[in-house]
Amino acid sequence: MQDFASSFATALGLLFSGDPELWAIVLLSLRVSLSAVAIAALIGMPLGAALAVGRFPGRGAVVILVNSLMGLPPVVVGLLVYLLLSNAGPLGVLQLLYTPGAMILAQVVLVTPIIAALTRQVIEDLDAEYSEQLRSFGVSRIASVPTLLWDGRYSLLTALLAGFGRAVAEVGAVIIVGGNINHVTRVMTTTIALETSKGNLALALALGFILIGIAIGVNAALGLIKVTTTRSAYA
Amino acid sequence: MLRRTFLGLTLAIAGLAGLHTGGAEAADRFIVVQSTTSTANSGLLDAILPEFTAKTGIEVRVVAVGTGQAIKNATNGDGDVLLVHAKPAEEKFVAEGWGVQRFDVMYNDFVVVGPAGDPAGVAGSNDVVASMKTIAEKGAPFASRGDDSGTHKAELRLWKAAGVDVKAASGNWYRETGSGMGATLNAGVGMGAYVLTDRATWISFGNKGDYKVAVEGDPKLFNQYGVILVNPEKHPNVKAADGQAFIDWLIGAEGQNAIRGFMIDGQQLFFPNANPGEMKKAS
Amino acid sequence: MNRMIAADEFKVPDRSDNASANPTLPLTATGLTYSAGGRTLVDVGQLDIRTGAPTIIMGPNGAGKSLLLRLLHGLIEPACGDIVWAGRQAGEAERSRQAMVFQRPVLLRRSVAANIDYSLKVHGIARGTRAGRVAAWMEKAGLEALARQPARTLSGGEQQRLALARALCTEPDVLFLDEPTASLDPVSTHAIETLIRDACARGAKIIMVTHDLGQAKRLAGEIIFMHRGGIVEQSPAKKFFSSPASGQASAFLAGGLVL
Repeated sequence: MQDFASSFATALGLLFSGDPELWAIVLLSLRVSLSAVAIAALIGMPLGAALAVGRFPGRGAVVILVNSLMGLPPVVVGLLVYLLLSNAGPLGVLQLLYTPGAMILAQVVLVTPIIAALTRQVIEDLDAEYSEQLRSFGVSRIASVPTLLWDGRYSLLTALLAGFGRAVAEVGAVIIVGGNINHVTRVMTTTIALETSKGNLALALALGFILIGIAIGVNAALGLIKVTTTRSAYA
Repeated sequence: MLRRTFLGLTLAIAGLAGLHTGGAEAADRFIVVQSTTSTANSGLLDAILPEFTAKTGIEVRVVAVGTGQAIKNATNGDGDVLLVHAKPAEEKFVAEGWGVQRFDVMYNDFVVVGPAGDPAGVAGSNDVVASMKTIAEKGAPFASRGDDSGTHKAELRLWKAAGVDVKAASGNWYRETGSGMGATLNAGVGMGAYVLTDRATWISFGNKGDYKVAVEGDPKLFNQYGVILVNPEKHPNVKAADGQAFIDWLIGAEGQNAIRGFMIDGQQLFFPNANPGEMKKAS
Repeated sequence: MNRMIAADEFKVPDRSDNASANPTLPLTATGLTYSAGGRTLVDVGQLDIRTGAPTIIMGPNGAGKSLLLRLLHGLIEPACGDIVWAGRQAGEAERSRQAMVFQRPVLLRRSVAANIDYSLKVHGIARGTRAGRVAAWMEKAGLEALARQPARTLSGGEQQRLALARALCTEPDVLFLDEPTASLDPVSTHAIETLIRDACARGAKIIMVTHDLGQAKRLAGEIIFMHRGGIVEQSPAKKFFSSPASGQASAFLAGGLVL
């Protein structure tokens, strides 16, 4: 059995050695996943909010669909995006395959439903409280979306974190559309997959510890913002 | 203050989004090589490619997947050069017009690895067909790639030569992992099964446990690699000139010497055998 | 039923000498009904509200007071009936000249100042002139020291003052109040009533639901008494409290249960 303690020590050693290769991989992971979350937020938040305040036929079906898409298997998304971006596919002209851009696109597809579904829940709850007052102000349902998003901003951080967690941890999509090319599209998860396939289990586990550390760091940073800015704004 | 913090965060995220094209992929001249895990994971390509890049200024981006997937990706035009080891499939690729021409590059060899206890009693043999027949007869566990890769295809040829119907044994003593070489070795070591692997992956593999090479040295275990330029007439995006430059280098004296010089633990893993005559024919 | 009100009966400054100053009134509602779950909750044959001192709606719990207020303000749609403001059908344009304060104030998750600013903004007040009006209204509500504080950290009384200031800052012609002081202490109630009086003095029409008999006596120009979704009585305040026209109102004023 592998020695967990030695993997943990390896992880710390890797971090403090300042290995530039490792840091390049860590930074690429962050770039890809944060970019994907930012883009997914720009799409998913208005979409989720519109679903929360909108009343149209088929709304229930759309809500179920978005909720179900939260469970999209990354490999399936990777395949879909590969088929789109392949030179034999409809978006081949973009020449995005095997670039970080392709990985971002795949993660956007994975993360957008998560952010949209959680946003819908947050905004629906907030709307239940605000809707009479906003109608009294003469704000229409659709015009209330920016207000609800802004006032729900701290709860929506949770949606962003959930999306980030999904993006930074997945390997199935990015390894297909990124190709795990050294120095170009190799991120934490694909490196872990590679080291596992080389049988370097202790190193793979150490990288896993570092990935967990990154996730904790990002969560803590956002959590800190949330705490310091909402300490007493809660009601 | 509140608003400023939030806006700052948003801008920081947006800034990162904008940066995604910078950084790592600085080189503007590059080709994509669809290759196999055995060449990439063994460290061969990492060792020899910098030499080519230094000489030509062309960066080589390697997508390491199974031979089956590599050929499929190349058929889609997602790569400039194909470097794999499944000669019949490679010849079909060229015959169908997806590739320009196939060149021999090098060979390595397969070995059958197994647990120190050697349940089938095949250790030390140099007759792979007989050994596999014994494994089947004794019902000793055998872990197969099962992923249509070059190694998987080679393994199936050997079972056929041994007259063993592995389909019937699937799920019983014959276990298809449907994964890459490394993952299959991990699984095999975990379940005490024999595994057919290329020697390069085996030597650099880090999770050997008590495993040893059981069968080696049979000429039937030789594993020929070929290199093919993806046909630019099928896929205009193919960087034909730079791709051909890489092929010329790989099967020329410099590339062949670099392959010969690649060692792990003092062992040479790949044996260059390009035929310079073929090269002339191509140009 | 006497719906005309004499000026000398009001305890708050009256603008009936200048009735045309409020362009939104009079309000006329005809055949107004509202149902939910197959039950008719509001059924008002005819309702006229004119400019002047506050109109206070009273009645036992479940009489439909809050629903009537929401119908008049346009927050909910009537099953049938007509609401006409100074000859114009009720709609978005009319609602923009009205404001409402709820029993539990709905404050935005922003600072005190931003709550007032938001109301001005959605009423189309230009950015340049908003800051001055925000400051002025925080001062009127006695909240200037709390301007940067998150609104939802205020005390109950401060929250309701802010809700009222936010409603009044757009200078509405009509202000609906749904039991605004129901859960407040006397000092806070007094501050709210002062703001209401000031608004009334400037010509705004106050239409308010309250359970507090003392508050009704202090503020009301006229009383609308509701029971089981209908209007039982609409009388000048003085007359209502001294000699209510209906048995239900008498029982209510006597402190009995009105069944």
